[in-house]
Amino acid sequence: MDNLNLLIAAPILNVQLLLDGLMIGAIFALAAFGMALVWGVMNIINVAQGEFVILGGYMTLLLVKYGLPPLLGIPFAAITLFVLGWLLYRLIIWRIVDADMFISLLATFGVSIMMQQLMNEIFGSDVRTAESGLGMSYLFNNMVTVSQIKVLAFILAFVIGLALWLFLKRSRLGQAIRATSQNPRAARILGIDTGRVYAATYAINAALCGAAGALVVMAWSIHPYAGLPYTVRSFMIVIMAGLGNLGGVIAAGLGLGAAEQFAGFLLGAEYQLAFVFLLLVAVLVWRQINLARKRQYLK
Amino acid sequence: MDKPLLDVRNISKAFGGVIANKNVSLKVEKGQIAGLIGPNGSGKTTMFNSIVGYHPIDAGEIWFNGREISRLRVGAIARMGLLRTFQQTRIYGKMTCMENMLISLPDRSSGFASLLRSRHSAGVRRAKELLDFVGLYSKRYLYAGDLSFGQQKLLEFAMALINEPEMLLLDEPTAGINPTLINGLIDRLKRANKELGITLLVIEHNMRVIMNLADHIYCLAHGEMLAEGSPEDIRNDPRVIDAYLGAH
Amino acid sequence: MNRTTYHYLAIAVLALLGVAAPYLFPAYLSQFSKLWLFIVLALTWDLTGGQMGYNSFGNVVFFGVGMYAAAAVQVALYYPLAAYTAAKGGGTEFIFNTSQFLTGLAAGLPAAGVLAALTAVALGLIILGMRGHYFAIATLGLAIAAGELASGWDLIGAGSGMVTPTPPDSLDTTTLFYYLSFALAALTFVFLAWLYSTRYGLAINAIRDDEDKAEAMGHHTIRNKVIAWTIAAFFLGMAGGIFGNLSKFIDPIDVAFNGAEIGVWMILMAILGGKGTLWGPVIGASVFYVMKELFWTYLLGWQRVALGLLIILIVVFFPQGIVGWLKERWPSRFGPTAAEMEAADAKGEA
Ligand SMILES: Nc1ncnc2c1ncn2[C@@H]1O[C@H](COP(=O)(O)OP(=O)(O)OP(=O)(O)O)[C@@H](O)[C@H]1O
Ligand SMILES: [Mg+2]
Repeated sequence: MDNLNLLIAAPILNVQLLLDGLMIGAIFALAAFGMALVWGVMNIINVAQGEFVILGGYMTLLLVKYGLPPLLGIPFAAITLFVLGWLLYRLIIWRIVDADMFISLLATFGVSIMMQQLMNEIFGSDVRTAESGLGMSYLFNNMVTVSQIKVLAFILAFVIGLALWLFLKRSRLGQAIRATSQNPRAARILGIDTGRVYAATYAINAALCGAAGALVVMAWSIHPYAGLPYTVRSFMIVIMAGLGNLGGVIAAGLGLGAAEQFAGFLLGAEYQLAFVFLLLVAVLVWRQINLARKRQYLK
Repeated sequence: MDKPLLDVRNISKAFGGVIANKNVSLKVEKGQIAGLIGPNGSGKTTMFNSIVGYHPIDAGEIWFNGREISRLRVGAIARMGLLRTFQQTRIYGKMTCMENMLISLPDRSSGFASLLRSRHSAGVRRAKELLDFVGLYSKRYLYAGDLSFGQQKLLEFAMALINEPEMLLLDEPTAGINPTLINGLIDRLKRANKELGITLLVIEHNMRVIMNLADHIYCLAHGEMLAEGSPEDIRNDPRVIDAYLGAH
Repeated sequence: MNRTTYHYLAIAVLALLGVAAPYLFPAYLSQFSKLWLFIVLALTWDLTGGQMGYNSFGNVVFFGVGMYAAAAVQVALYYPLAAYTAAKGGGTEFIFNTSQFLTGLAAGLPAAGVLAALTAVALGLIILGMRGHYFAIATLGLAIAAGELASGWDLIGAGSGMVTPTPPDSLDTTTLFYYLSFALAALTFVFLAWLYSTRYGLAINAIRDDEDKAEAMGHHTIRNKVIAWTIAAFFLGMAGGIFGNLSKFIDPIDVAFNGAEIGVWMILMAILGGKGTLWGPVIGASVFYVMKELFWTYLLGWQRVALGLLIILIVVFFPQGIVGWLKERWPSRFGPTAAEMEAADAKGEA
């Protein structure tokens, strides 16, 4: 616990960790928006979420390779992932929309391990990162450094969250999505093409992950097998926030990001992943205890 | 007079803003058949759920057989001999009717070791008798999930009987049952009460059935206990007539 | 010939094959050992997944716990564990003679089973209250966290893993481990066949079909669920103990707590063969094992792509599995007939 003493001795470190945590948390929230959408509308927990994020990163690296500015990677990754999401829906996902949830967990798990190895074969197994071209900011007499790409990520998460909310509330497609999520049969009777709605939902999710991935590769790093923790984080965030609560998703995302930074610092980076997964179990247990107190059960 | 077997004292239950039960009380004597009626959404099923421990109650007390059960969980209450059937019938779909019956045998007093006996070791004859009693004997080796809705209802009833409960709460036992079978079912309920000594509390929308069956009837409306009394009193109670006509 | 005869015939053929394999296929003995262990993995997964409806991504935890426990006991009986792992096990001073090695196994394997079972009790009491996908995902978290934790624990070699005790040259361990694997598979199969014939078998089926109903009927659902997971963990732990010795080296993430491979394979084997049936996992494991070996031999670098595709194909197009399909196709030949069920009941009645 030497690091704990360090935190007490140098309070400014807390600020650094907190800022870093909040900013990475915003990216987690971005992927979690997508998971909440797919879960709420299609009743599918998409295990390939993390691989979508990582692929978004590789899409950005692809642009960089051709000399284009990496920031363009954000829209580019979103668009390519949108297309991929649509294709995946038409090929595979549509078959599992009505299936038992364990089937969809396994099937999307299959998608996830396929993507892992495909990315490994195509892009190589190295840890990669992209230079965003944005600089650093220095706060508190240079004691706290913040890379501006992280600030951008933070702001973008809010903007995209807001845009998503407006889209669901106002646009025709958004309304169709909400109608379908409440009652797909009724929606079909009203003439909504639910297959298209599902395809769009899944594709939007992939696009959100892609954008998140572009930010991840600029602010941190990626490698082909780094996806699963992003899936787990999205899942945790959605559980903590509850479905259909975009504000909650942002709050939970930021909280998780901060918690992880502190845990990583205190326990050592090698335990950060263990912390994430144990936190997942803890969150589920906490939820369970709450429900048990209400003498109520999960379906 | 003895203490009532089931004694519900002033319980309330709200779901968010919806007040499903408000300060309702009800007593069922040992050996009685009591009825619970009320328009759709008046809080009957909610009251059952509160009694058997499906959710916590906001206020009030529930006593069964001289013990307070207000805070016990579903399994513990069931093991005391207070069982319920579900409005949305629930059976074990991928098991045969016989298996459904055999696993519903009472295991209350015995421990885990009794579960390690062969599945045919006990209760086969009783299971067959009861399946015959509800008219499902010829279906006994079919998967319960393949039965019709009405048959599943009858199976659920038989499963409750083989468990030899002290008291049974039935949520609309005749809903979805062929009218020609209903008389038979009333007869079976009465026999279960008389021959097996099971106290019954029955939710029912079919007035003819409940008037025929119950010794004492409670009527809920908008979550409050509107009236209680003998079938005769209830039939002539203007408030009850109002509630039913008003709700539809 | 009726169904029961087929059943016993199949068992007899398997048993004969099991005993004779070292003479028939001496070159493939270690593959056959792994096949028997895979059958154990599939059978135990199906106990909770297929028979009880609790789909776990995390049974590999018990496999890994057993693997480490067996190795640790085997070593600790004769040498200080910390020194052994610090020397990466390879040091020349850590010699096991035949009797030491065999005693180590005799103590280590049961200890592996017991420790895994205790782990299951502790974890089960906490997370078996969760339903459906919440349980599935919690177990996934446990599996990965276990691997990460093991990689940080120096006593068991941390991230650089642990070498299992090296047997003396005079000992034919290939045959020894083969027969141990075979015996464990046979024991697991017989035990589960008996367990499914009891009232407990019905009780866990009831949980699978409608847990709320089971609880409303007064079943001790939590107790029954924890016991099922514990039984699965006990056999899995022993399988892990043998597997570790077969592999000779325990890597925390790639061997012991390999949730993404072994953890998922057990699910796949059970589903491929037919969830919730006694023979399904046996058949599924055999078919899958052959496929997996082919993938890993001929599709190196793409094997996970092939596996992912296989997962999708199986769960999307063939969720009922081989035995489930046979039962649908020929219900009278592969499902118990009413007459047989009647006879079984009558036997109990008498
Ligand atoms: N779990 C719940 N969450 C929210 N509201 C609920 C819940 N259960 C019941 N309610 C509400 O409580 C009220 C009473 O419902 P309840 O099911 O008890 O009615 P009921 O008398 O059984 O009706 P019916 O005759 O149609 O079965 C209804 O307004 C219902 O919408
Ligand atoms: Mg009701």
